[in-house]
Amino acid sequence: MSSTTAVDVVMPQMGVSVSEGTITKWSKQVGDHIEADETLLEISTDKVDTEVPSPASGVVTEILVPEGETVEVGTVLARIGGEGAAPAAPPAPEPATQPAADAAEASASEGQAPAAEVGDTAPSGNGKSFISPVVARIASEHGIDPSQVPGTGNGGRVTKRDIQAFIDSGASQAAPAQPEPAQAAPPPPAPAEAVAPAPPAPAPAPVTAQAPTPAQASQEAAPPGLGETFEPMSAMRRGIAEHMRRSLDTSAHVTSAIEVDMSRVVQIREKLKKEFQSAYGVNPTYLAFIARAATETLRDYPWVNGELRGDKIVTRNYVNLGFAVELADGKGLIVPVVKNAETLNLLGMAKSIADIAKRARDKQLAPDDVTGGTFTITNPGGYGTFLGTPEISQPQAGILGTYAIVKRPSVITDENGTDAIAIRSMMNLTLTYDHRLVDGAYAGRFLRDLRERLQTWGESDY
Amino acid sequence: MAERTYLQAISDGLREEMRRDERVFVLGEDVGVYGGAFKVTLGFQEEFGSWRVLDMPLSETAIMGGATGAAIMGMRPVAEMQFADFVSCAWDHLVTIAAKQRWRAGTPVPIVLRLPSGGGFSGGPFHSQNPESSFAHIPGLKCVCPATPEDAKGLIVAAIEDPNPVLFFEHKHLYRRIKGEVPDERYVTPIGKARIHQEGEEVTIITWGAMVYTAEEAAKQLPDSSIEIVDLRTVMPWDKEAVLASARKTSKVLVLHEDTRTGGFGGEIAATIAEEAFEDLDAPVRRIAAPDTPVPFSPVLEKAFIPQVDDVVRGLKELIAY
Repeated sequence: MSSTTAVDVVMPQMGVSVSEGTITKWSKQVGDHIEADETLLEISTDKVDTEVPSPASGVVTEILVPEGETVEVGTVLARIGGEGAAPAAPPAPEPATQPAADAAEASASEGQAPAAEVGDTAPSGNGKSFISPVVARIASEHGIDPSQVPGTGNGGRVTKRDIQAFIDSGASQAAPAQPEPAQAAPPPPAPAEAVAPAPPAPAPAPVTAQAPTPAQASQEAAPPGLGETFEPMSAMRRGIAEHMRRSLDTSAHVTSAIEVDMSRVVQIREKLKKEFQSAYGVNPTYLAFIARAATETLRDYPWVNGELRGDKIVTRNYVNLGFAVELADGKGLIVPVVKNAETLNLLGMAKSIADIAKRARDKQLAPDDVTGGTFTITNPGGYGTFLGTPEISQPQAGILGTYAIVKRPSVITDENGTDAIAIRSMMNLTLTYDHRLVDGAYAGRFLRDLRERLQTWGESDY
Repeated sequence: MAERTYLQAISDGLREEMRRDERVFVLGEDVGVYGGAFKVTLGFQEEFGSWRVLDMPLSETAIMGGATGAAIMGMRPVAEMQFADFVSCAWDHLVTIAAKQRWRAGTPVPIVLRLPSGGGFSGGPFHSQNPESSFAHIPGLKCVCPATPEDAKGLIVAAIEDPNPVLFFEHKHLYRRIKGEVPDERYVTPIGKARIHQEGEEVTIITWGAMVYTAEEAAKQLPDSSIEIVDLRTVMPWDKEAVLASARKTSKVLVLHEDTRTGGFGGEIAATIAEEAFEDLDAPVRRIAAPDTPVPFSPVLEKAFIPQVDDVVRGLKELIAY
């Protein structure tokens, strides 16, 4: 059917700077069959969320890292195949398995771990292999731990015949279902019959030692208070938290705002919209106009598109434009990058933005899509905000904020120098810049030129 | 006891009932002078006359409507569809009137509808179907699918005796290929009782009709495994107790039918086992059935369509290994 030797699935390297990832979801469980390249799990790193395809066809024999855990790149996450391979040996149960209710009560002295739900006679299984309904029932009726029964089914599964043979052989009597206590042994359990007739031969308590390990966590958080709930931090959220803190600690953030009359752009966009939609299937968004104008303006202001690297100032002859994209579930933000934005006309820009935004929401971004940005645009205006002070995406020197376009009465001056009040589509733009590199006047001129480009947008421009 | 073919057994049972009970009569296309497309009623018109062996016009609606009216008036019509596939033309009379008349008016409707069904001889999409699940879904109808000559005779007698409309699915592929000992005397095989075709411990195959033999062949190819074959014999009502008993015994069940998979009666059986014998299962209930397409004409494709011995062997092996 497929590979006969087990294949390890490891945490992939999702980009040069990524050193760890979080398992967000297992798409297959132990015992499931999977084809090569079929999605086995989803992971989340501080750069991207992505699906991990299976490297081989076969049965998932082991899952070594539970959902929610963060591990380093290269860590073995699961094993695939080979067919018929016995699943891994059951993990040594925790020693906190104390049988019989009154035994537990009688020996509640020796500082032992509280016995987990004794009296629950449900078969525990070994956690590695599927227990079929009939095996579960027979095990329960005879007080057998199925993990003690040699299995001959698929992947070493205990079949009905296996457990019947086990009972018939009398092995269930000989082999107590009680696992070896590893250390810090509880008081030796009295023979079950003698102590309490009620629960038949105690099955080991389910192993529930899955305390989530906060990977690089800072100090231990205080337990949740009344009315509070805990939810684990995703790798992406941790990435954002780290980056935002680091950004404020690195750059000297200053924000300048400018008011732009977008009436021309609104007008031109109305005209282009139909053509773009029908000919190219893409919407010429305001963001595309602004991105286009910003890219042009950055040519004249290389430091806004630059970087402080050590004691050197980096400038570039290209613009890699990052766009802050909110993820569909509202739980996170990602900044995919349109590379070489200076080569794109308005149509190319609109298409590129639509493409990265869609792939960001569909978790289809490749690591390269989120690295190498030289300047970033964030667009919180969709919700009507008119001003903000975004944070710079390190190690860049600036981030442009775009806000809601609203119709406002505005004083305009005609060719004859006569003032009049007109209804115009107005928008605020902010440039947040690293004042270590960019001076206020420089930023102001950048904004002025950007405004000029938008306000005088020619019908045949770009 | 005499060795009879499946077809002869049906013919015998029908003839005996016509001799026994004057109310029993036959109607259908070419059933009289020609003796039926498959010769089940060969010689009937000579023996019983043209008023009890009625050649009908090429209208399944007329056949079904006539049978329904006659049954309501106290007769015991045995109507033949030349091929089971054509019963769709008679759907309204059968499903709207015959199936519900007793519920609506209290009048018994003792009709037997003989339905030569099944494929395996390149009959193509109009002459090869197994539509039993469509009618098993209609409250008020009974569906009988005998596999052996003995059951064919016993069940046609039971169907004629029954006060309800009974659809008698006789598998064309078995007509002359299957022979067996059939008691000479009159006997009734109860509707709704399964038959253990062969006993086993390890896996159960639930099937009916021609697939009983496919199952048997498959079991022979696995001589080291103990395989039980339950021949359902009647699909509605079906012998739930026998199925559940076997499922509880072996804990692994394969449901096999020649009809297509989705909405096939195997789904009902599998669901019932899951509902009522869940704690006795050691493996998922498996279905082997035809794919969800019309029956292909090409012999090669038809072979790929109808479940073959190899398919069943594969299914059994998977269940045994599970």
